Amino acid sequence: MPKPITHISSRCVPLNKDNVDTDQIIAARFLKVTSRKGLGEHAFSDFRYMEDGSPNLDFVLNQPQYAHARILVAGHNFGCGSSREHAPWALVDYGFEAIIATSFADIFKNNALKNGLLVIELPEAVVSRLRRDCDANPALRVDVDVEAQTVVIENQAEQHFEIGAFWKKCLMQGLDQVGYTLSFADQIKAYEDQRPAFA
Amino acid sequence: MPKTLYQKLWDAHVVHQEDPSSPALLFIDRHLIHEVTSPQAFTGLAERGIPLRRPDLTIATVDHSIPTLVGRSFPLKDAQAQAQIEALEANVKAQGIRYYGPDSGHQGIVHVIGPELGFTLPGQTIVCGDSHTATHGAFGSLAFGIGTSEIEHVFATQCLLQYPSKTMAINIHGALPEGVTAKDLILAIIAKLGMDAGTGYVLEFRGEAIRALSMEGRMTVCNMAIEAGARAGMIAPDETTFAYLKDKPLAPRGQAWEEAVAYWKTLATDEGASFDAVVELDATTLQPMVTYGTNPGLACGINENVPSPEAPPSHTQASDLADALDYMGLTAHQPMKGLPIDVVFIGSCTNSRLEDLEAAARVAKGRKVSPNVRALVVAGSQVVKEQAEVLGLDVIFKDAGFEWREPGCSMCIAMNGDAIEVGQYCASTSNRNFKGRQGKGGRSVLVSPAMAAAAAIHGKLVDVREVQKEAIHA
Repeated sequence: MPKPITHISSRCVPLNKDNVDTDQIIAARFLKVTSRKGLGEHAFSDFRYMEDGSPNLDFVLNQPQYAHARILVAGHNFGCGSSREHAPWALVDYGFEAIIATSFADIFKNNALKNGLLVIELPEAVVSRLRRDCDANPALRVDVDVEAQTVVIENQAEQHFEIGAFWKKCLMQGLDQVGYTLSFADQIKAYEDQRPAFA
Repeated sequence: MPKTLYQKLWDAHVVHQEDPSSPALLFIDRHLIHEVTSPQAFTGLAERGIPLRRPDLTIATVDHSIPTLVGRSFPLKDAQAQAQIEALEANVKAQGIRYYGPDSGHQGIVHVIGPELGFTLPGQTIVCGDSHTATHGAFGSLAFGIGTSEIEHVFATQCLLQYPSKTMAINIHGALPEGVTAKDLILAIIAKLGMDAGTGYVLEFRGEAIRALSMEGRMTVCNMAIEAGARAGMIAPDETTFAYLKDKPLAPRGQAWEEAVAYWKTLATDEGASFDAVVELDATTLQPMVTYGTNPGLACGINENVPSPEAPPSHTQASDLADALDYMGLTAHQPMKGLPIDVVFIGSCTNSRLEDLEAAARVAKGRKVSPNVRALVVAGSQVVKEQAEVLGLDVIFKDAGFEWREPGCSMCIAMNGDAIEVGQYCASTSNRNFKGRQGKGGRSVLVSPAMAAAAAIHGKLVDVREVQKEAIHA
């Protein structure tokens, strides 16, 4: 069960890429694990590390000015492809608490929210400006308020984002969705009882 | 009010909805699991101290991390893969889940074995911790990939919390020309739509060309719905569907079969039902397709040239196309035909069924794989492999110089040791040409099985219709 999340205040890492697929976030060779933990070191592995395993200093995550940023700012269609939940596990383990993008793939969005990784969709103009601003000023602070559904970029107008009432409740209260669903055990039983024999 | 196939299945599976802003509890009829995305879900269930609600609606196999080398034996040399498989085997035993392991005669890629067992049926909700679960929509089911938290949710409740999707009709007009396959059709659809036009939608594939496809072909089409961003793709069930399922090991029998078919016949989208979006595509002008970029939306006909970043497809930014071409080592306006190929992979949940292997074998028969090419054929399941061997396809492939492997996901996901090397070009019948997908630095070109086999023989991309007319007319 993820811990409740209400506010995030952090620097951002700008990742100037569209269509970042979950194979790029965590390559398949790192999926041979039986735990959710410890995947952060492999996040974006093919970009972060050189052939000899040393850090690729050209890659934004390796640049010291972004070392402790907890918000990733991406582009369009972030998290497409494979349904592997190892992708949000790796991002959370790395230290990210939110991803800002213009759009997210369906399965990734769901997987991220289930792990308390906030996914925030903002308009193209806002997101590309934010990436440029973070490029120019890595110390730029961004404040996210889940209750108010707002993103405040330092010295800029407040941005509203959509999250949905149910997801908002889950995130803010750390609601356990299995527990929520099992509170309707009678309805599930009634449904099961009327399923046809061939189903 | 007329309903679409999707709306019918949605309505039939809503258990409860607390209020309009809450997600619906959607009942899940079938759950397929494998070794890679399930261990953490079993751990979560154990931590809750509750049982798996419906082991009778769940089946398991091993596919992603299992080696495909002939003579594979356990314990595996890869300790992590071995640990995943041991964890699965312990978990399914503890929970009483039917397990189709390496000694069962039914092991294989989860999306190949579900249908061939008759576990996959029309009208059902089907989930699996794998994005290519969309495959099962070929049977007129609502099938979609889920994450591990959702696997745990299904284990515990046999339900998922879901909001309804939007619907998109993909209307295919006319018949596919000779030598143009289901794989070419779905690549052409994704090339038209782009890789995320389907986000938030369920696709329903309709029209003459779809009706004419075998179940294998329909599975190839629905399999790649996710490559257009759609969580699910569907095709209404018909006589082709029923004929495929009749007498499959887990399909209903006798009176239950009759009742099932009567119900399944009601599932087609009603006349006058409306979709949130409609896409029209002419099948008659299609040609064998190849991908030139690093996502499946970057695809063109074999007789076309690589596009220029100055004129990218409408769904792609110039800079993204330039980046993709740089990774692929291709230049604008270069013909795709003639591109040298280093590796050929025939397999994956997209194209590893008997019909796929037959199409490839027709091209390979009596020929030799180019000396510059390493070529693998990986049957989708032990059942497919055995059927192929009965037909002598294994001999055709081996005589031609292809490796004939044991079933698994293999080089589609490259986590079991089957991988391509930096800079290599791989003509692959799989579903993703993402950077590094088939091996770090590797370059994937997605094609149909016949096109892959022809690339193996000629050592380069060719139009299979031109070079091997007799194979196409067979």
